[in-house]
Amino acid sequence: MTTVSRAGGRRRPQRHLPLQVLLGFLVVYFLVPFWWVIVNSSKDSPGLFSGGNTLWFTDNVDYLGNLERLFTYDGGIYGRWILNSTLYALAGGLGATILAVMAGYGFAKYRFAGRRFSFSILLGALMVPGTALVIPTFIMFSGLGLTNTIWAVILPSLLNPFGVYLMHVYARDAVPDEILDAARVDGAGELRTFLRVAFPLMRPAVVTVLLLSAVASWNNYFLPLAMLSDNRLFPVTVGLGVWQGIASANNSGGTSLWSLIILGALVSVVPLIIAFFTLQRHWRGGLSVGGLR
Amino acid sequence: MTLLIEENPPRTEEKAKTTHGKVRLREHLMGWLFVGPFGLVFLAFLIAPLAYALYLSLFQKKLIGGTSFVFLDNYAKAFTDPSFLSGAWFVIRFALFAIPLQILLALGMALILDAVTSVFIRFSRLMIFLPYAIPTVIGAVMWGFLYSKSFGPLTDIFALFGGTAPDFFSKNLIFYGLLNVVTWQWAGYYMIILYAALQGIDPTLYEAARMDGAGRWQIALRIKIPLIAPALVLILVFSLIGTLQFFNEPQILRYLAAGTIGPDFTPNMYAYSQAFKLANFNYGSAISFALGGIVFACVYAFLFFTRKRRSFL
Repeated sequence: MTTVSRAGGRRRPQRHLPLQVLLGFLVVYFLVPFWWVIVNSSKDSPGLFSGGNTLWFTDNVDYLGNLERLFTYDGGIYGRWILNSTLYALAGGLGATILAVMAGYGFAKYRFAGRRFSFSILLGALMVPGTALVIPTFIMFSGLGLTNTIWAVILPSLLNPFGVYLMHVYARDAVPDEILDAARVDGAGELRTFLRVAFPLMRPAVVTVLLLSAVASWNNYFLPLAMLSDNRLFPVTVGLGVWQGIASANNSGGTSLWSLIILGALVSVVPLIIAFFTLQRHWRGGLSVGGLR
Repeated sequence: MTLLIEENPPRTEEKAKTTHGKVRLREHLMGWLFVGPFGLVFLAFLIAPLAYALYLSLFQKKLIGGTSFVFLDNYAKAFTDPSFLSGAWFVIRFALFAIPLQILLALGMALILDAVTSVFIRFSRLMIFLPYAIPTVIGAVMWGFLYSKSFGPLTDIFALFGGTAPDFFSKNLIFYGLLNVVTWQWAGYYMIILYAALQGIDPTLYEAARMDGAGRWQIALRIKIPLIAPALVLILVFSLIGTLQFFNEPQILRYLAAGTIGPDFTPNMYAYSQAFKLANFNYGSAISFALGGIVFACVYAFLFFTRKRRSFL
């Protein structure tokens, strides 16, 4: 017994240096694009094209001037895109999460007629490629006069079958039937039991689903690209894509746009990075759910 | 809410039966009340569009004669259309390279992060995951900069060694250029899922294995990997679905890779250009549906071959 614990104690301080060095190289690989963007968003267009070191700053570090140009270009359209993205991510994310939490709980805790059948349809839907739905949804929405409105982007984002699946698995395992029965015996209604007893137990999975659906909405490109033609409704992904098309198409006239695109890419990733890092403790617990059980 | 408050059930034997029936009815009702709102969204934005796409794909619109029912002609056209076939072949080939690459990389990183603890390791975990927080479109824009001849670093780096920089936008190398972008984008996300699964393994198993004389490699291969097999299947299925629908990255990079990435580069891009550039919604729907069929068949085949490993479904 003592030898085993001593052996374990000797093993622990090992730092596996080769593995850490290997990992260090990988970290550099994952960070290079960020570094390039951080460095080059400090440059003006001449600095960008001067042919100097592309991985280091020039003498002229001008973040503030570039930020001002970014947010005033074309009547401040970039700020609008960021706000649109925020709106789509929050509305789509919150809506999808509420629906998923309720449905997942319903599937896990009530033996209603048609439950098995509808759940197997749901599992089949996990395999339906989301982009296959964009073209018919567009035609349906154009019949209803909904294309080129914010609803064209928000409403389809409410659909998150994987979120329902995650919530189902989590509610099934983390919410014991006995607790629910006890709450009912104490006279709590079904909705009250759900909100006061089940919901707090499901919170890690709720944060995970919220974050995953908000990210999915924030990242969405195909849907808004197809639905929206008014550039004041664009999310930042579609907007930057359009700018890049313009800048690439006329390489001489578009050079001033490149520095805006680089800074625009940097600014657009800051909100999600902050959200991920501040919510880290909450979503990590929920992520294991889908794979483990 | 007040409506739903349960009256204390009478305790007599006789009344228990009727109360039970009432409880059952209420359970059906409550179940559907919880699932219903999602069910409506599911019907409106998944079932209805799918049915509509199927319907649309059975018609053709001609300049002369208007719209006519053609049954499966659009599908016959798609599966003999070189544009669709080359796009489908590209995404299948791409999936065969990209998915194993991403998952092996993610698995390797997750095993290292699980086995070693240090401040640097914790920092690495966050940094490797970082690209997932980046929209795929922005990720493609960023790599587009790095590949660029005019302001990317490749020219300088290769000049250092006296070589010429590879042009990742050329026809020969675009495959690898895109492979790099998606690996960078997704490997960290898969790593986090696998890492979370590894952290969920009971550590006493390792202790027992060590007592039996198992080394670090054997523990990784014989205990850790088999135990996280369900998580591996999950991410394989998701990466398969995602890769076959490839759209965002090539759509963004096509401006920079003019002449290499055409409008029919992937089936999804082809469907998009048919529907929104040529207003040919019928054929666009048929391509979407045909692609959906390919995805479904691939995923089904995959789950069929891995069904012994207690998959997530």
